[in-house]
Amino acid sequence: MALVGVAAVLLVCIVVIDVITGPADLSFWRTLQVILDPSIATPKEGVIIWDLRLPVALMAVAVGAMLGVAGAEMQTILNNPLADPFTLGLSSAASFGAALAIVMGWSVIPGVGALFVTMNAFVVAMATSMALFAFTRLRGVSPEAMILVGIAMLFTFNALLAFLQYGASEIQLAQLVFWQMGSLARATWEKVGICLAVLGLVLPYFIYKSWALTALRMGEEKAAALGVNVSALRLTVLAGVSLLSAVAVSFVGAIAFVGLVGPHIARMIVGEDQRGFLPLSALAGALILSGTSIASKAITPGIVYPIGMITSLIGIPFFIVLILGQRKRHWQ
Amino acid sequence: MNGLTVSNLSFSYGSRAILRDVTFDALQPGQLTALIGPNAAGKSTLFKSIAGLLKPSTGQITLGGLDLATLSAQARLKQICFMPQFFAANAALTVFDVVMMAQKQLRGWRVNSADTAAVAHALSAGGIGHLAEAYVSELSGGQSQMVSVVQALVRQSDVYLFDEPTSALDLRHQLDVLGRIRAAIRDRDAIGMVALHDLNLAARYADHLILIGNGVIQTQGTPEEVLNSPKIAEVYDVDVELLVGPRKDLLVHAYAS
Repeated sequence: MALVGVAAVLLVCIVVIDVITGPADLSFWRTLQVILDPSIATPKEGVIIWDLRLPVALMAVAVGAMLGVAGAEMQTILNNPLADPFTLGLSSAASFGAALAIVMGWSVIPGVGALFVTMNAFVVAMATSMALFAFTRLRGVSPEAMILVGIAMLFTFNALLAFLQYGASEIQLAQLVFWQMGSLARATWEKVGICLAVLGLVLPYFIYKSWALTALRMGEEKAAALGVNVSALRLTVLAGVSLLSAVAVSFVGAIAFVGLVGPHIARMIVGEDQRGFLPLSALAGALILSGTSIASKAITPGIVYPIGMITSLIGIPFFIVLILGQRKRHWQ
Repeated sequence: MNGLTVSNLSFSYGSRAILRDVTFDALQPGQLTALIGPNAAGKSTLFKSIAGLLKPSTGQITLGGLDLATLSAQARLKQICFMPQFFAANAALTVFDVVMMAQKQLRGWRVNSADTAAVAHALSAGGIGHLAEAYVSELSGGQSQMVSVVQALVRQSDVYLFDEPTSALDLRHQLDVLGRIRAAIRDRDAIGMVALHDLNLAARYADHLILIGNGVIQTQGTPEEVLNSPKIAEVYDVDVELLVGPRKDLLVHAYAS
């Protein structure tokens, strides 16, 4: 519990640093004061901090937490250390949805206006997870079947995406590639609100099921002997995870790696008792994404790099160091 | 309470019948029953059916006169504690965590000091206090089996089913674990069933034996009755010689026929 507190404090600091980073001279304390009490801000500070920087910083936190939680529970229900929202093809599905909007100009749900790229991405990702859901209901819920269908989805959507890319004009192609790289720059307060609402909806359920999820890590039979309805648990958690990752991916594009690494960092620190594992996975995801958000602005002053590139570039060496330094080996 | 009864229980996977018309005398509280029989005789299937993890095709299981089929899975597993034979141990969970999980029975996020004390006591009573901080992924086969037993005994149930709790243990620990199971069953006045392969241990620790072969109950009764029965040699397909050991215990010697 102390660790969760430390991570939360660290996260607040990172968020403030995230807000400071960029062209404009802001001090740490002044920024913290303005965030805590908007009335003291000068108009310039108000615009920079409240309108421009804070939505992006909070979006990084919300999306990081969503991906961290989604990855953690996906690894738990699939009993697979490599599972994350990407393994099940959700991000390729979202990319395909976005490509439909960008290249063909099709909107799956008409009348959503400027949000139609996001909306398309969300609808296709959600439809994919529902197809996965339906398949597992039909065929029996085993982790192997879920992963194999997920991978089939991944390749299907990658192929469809390539198909669209082949026919796209150069401008459309550039737009599409940029979308896939993932960017926080599209953040608005509404999107932050939606992300937090989804988190607020799904997290309590996961917390409520935390003992059952911990028990599942002991093997299906053991969990069943403790009174866990394993199939129902897998299905409901899959639904929650799908919602989290579909929303996250449709707002910020394909940000790889956070959903995979956040939970692994949490696992190395507190183990897999969900009471520590779940909050720390969320915090680790949020920390990673906030940290990379700072890096994406700090590498070349004045340029904000797409965050998807940075997560992988910074995250992987860090992750390899963690693995090499780790004595205890789980998942063997 | 008139014990645990099983009557006319049948179970099959598809067309392959595992249990056929299994019926046994009511098992009484405070008594330990050993379920013996060769591999694939249906021992685990019988346990899972009693625990409600498998749905039998026919038959009735009652506890204290109450038909268990009328209970929800949750309520049933609160009364019946089943220890499966294997557990996948690649999780980053400590021994303390997994025993706490059984203690909490999936209820409530908070752990109070009474829970912690109960788990600590269960661990030291189970002889694995020194493993409390170890990860389950690092345990040896025998150690994880002892953790399983502690995990089962920390729960307060009316019926305890242990599926081969001693198969990976050394001599000393086999005796310890079975002694602890028998003591717990007596203290709590609960109904205990243990699936065992070692007939000598079964004779020494159980009050009652049930021999199952090919999904059918072959014979049941006191250890003397069952071990003296010609069914033993028939079911296991061996020649059996029975001796009385130096401390008046029954010793079974098996020879390939």
